[in-house]
Amino acid sequence: MKIMPCPLNGPRNIAEFVCGGEVKAMPHPSQAGDAEWADYLFLEDNTLGFVTEWWLHVASGYWFIAERHTASNEIIRTYPASELFSQRVEFQENNE
Amino acid sequence: MPFALLKYGLSGKYPSQRHFPVRPALKSSYDVVIIGGGGHGLAAAYYLAKDWGITNVAVLEKGYLAGGNTARNTTIVRSNYLTPEGVRFYDESRQLFSDLSHELDYNILYSERGHLTLAHNDAAMRTSRWRAEVNKHMGVDSELVYPDEIAKICPQLNLSRDVHHPIEGALYHPPGAIARHDGVAWGYAKGATERGVELHTHTEVTGLKVNNDEVTQVETDRGTIKAGVVLQAVAGMSSEVARMAGLKLPIKTIPLQACVSEPVKPYLDSIVVSGSLHTYVSQSSRGEMVMGSAADPYGLYSTRSTLEFKEDLMMNMLELLPCLASLRVLRQWAGMADMTPDFSPVMGETPLKNYYIDAGWGTWGFKATPVSGKRMAETIATRQVPDLIKPFALSRFERFAQVGERGAASVGH
Repeated sequence: MKIMPCPLNGPRNIAEFVCGGEVKAMPHPSQAGDAEWADYLFLEDNTLGFVTEWWLHVASGYWFIAERHTASNEIIRTYPASELFSQRVEFQENNE
Repeated sequence: MPFALLKYGLSGKYPSQRHFPVRPALKSSYDVVIIGGGGHGLAAAYYLAKDWGITNVAVLEKGYLAGGNTARNTTIVRSNYLTPEGVRFYDESRQLFSDLSHELDYNILYSERGHLTLAHNDAAMRTSRWRAEVNKHMGVDSELVYPDEIAKICPQLNLSRDVHHPIEGALYHPPGAIARHDGVAWGYAKGATERGVELHTHTEVTGLKVNNDEVTQVETDRGTIKAGVVLQAVAGMSSEVARMAGLKLPIKTIPLQACVSEPVKPYLDSIVVSGSLHTYVSQSSRGEMVMGSAADPYGLYSTRSTLEFKEDLMMNMLELLPCLASLRVLRQWAGMADMTPDFSPVMGETPLKNYYIDAGWGTWGFKATPVSGKRMAETIATRQVPDLIKPFALSRFERFAQVGERGAASVGH
């Protein structure tokens, strides 16, 4: 059984978690064009090596960040999303 | 030594020819360089030589021939997909497959078995009906069948209502088939090398030099090559190779596991698939039950096997075919699948003028081997993308024109 060290719930069976994909910057909500959105939504770095990913502990609805190696599947470190995202993202109205 | 045996030793006809010549020296330039010596790359090389007379071609393979995903699938061939684009494409492949042993003069052990996609709930019945209608409209033999008919087609199935997921019906596709995966790759390799194509196994591409939107050089661990046109056909490692050309793909590499039982006498004729239970099984020509399940839950560049896979698979398998309980698992493996967001491949042009791609083969790559080889060869020879594969262009994502293929094996219904 593969163990995921959850920052909130401690070590748990990885079957309780869902991978949410690469951590990447969201394009500007009102200024980004189609190509930028397509890149954000569909394209993947899909790196062979160390990656930083969103993970969800399904039972507790807790999202966090994990650093993992995509060949060895070793989980290097997990931490709350607040370590990377300290500021609130403001969604401004598009008034054009 | 018996005289009868000696005459074989003295005859010029024996020992019989090698399938393909020993690896030649790497030349400094080729008209076409194909990265990836799996089924798709070899098929493209074969059709380039046969259909278009282009023989100054090198196939570069970092391992041994067809040792990647070509050797790591469950060899099912079918064309009962959901989208018209998919049905048209996979049916051309199925037709090429059905005559491939003759075409290549190499026995690929193609065996038409009939393919049952089981439905266990209303949603799956609805999708099956939808697929059957699309298939029939496109001239593909498919129909919705109910348990009384399923009992005649595949009496081995457990049709009891007293199970977790009773069988409500199935999409029946009589031309569904299996083949010998190694034979397909070796047959194409033999046909290609007989026409002058060079196979360079144990030759790893280490870099691509790009100049003015063109790939000018392919760097390998055996030297640098100039190439007129480059085709990448390396499903599983697509993102890593494309990155060398500066391209980013809509692909996530996810392991797909499968296993076989010990061999038994012919018992199961049909190919049985359950979309809802993520389970499929067929009996190979040498008697093994070939069994597979859904792709792994998260991305990984690994061909390891897990206990979770076997637990999930066997739980569902034994509900469908309880008689398999006494069989032992003989061998298991995983392939690294190129999963795309819409479960369709990524084929054709790239932003680079002379760099073509054959990727995104998820769980549907083996069955597409002949058609993708034939149509990628046409693309390279004519420098025009055939209509058949236009819907699968890499550029479809930025046009938001995906081909949502819910007939793919890895998709629940």
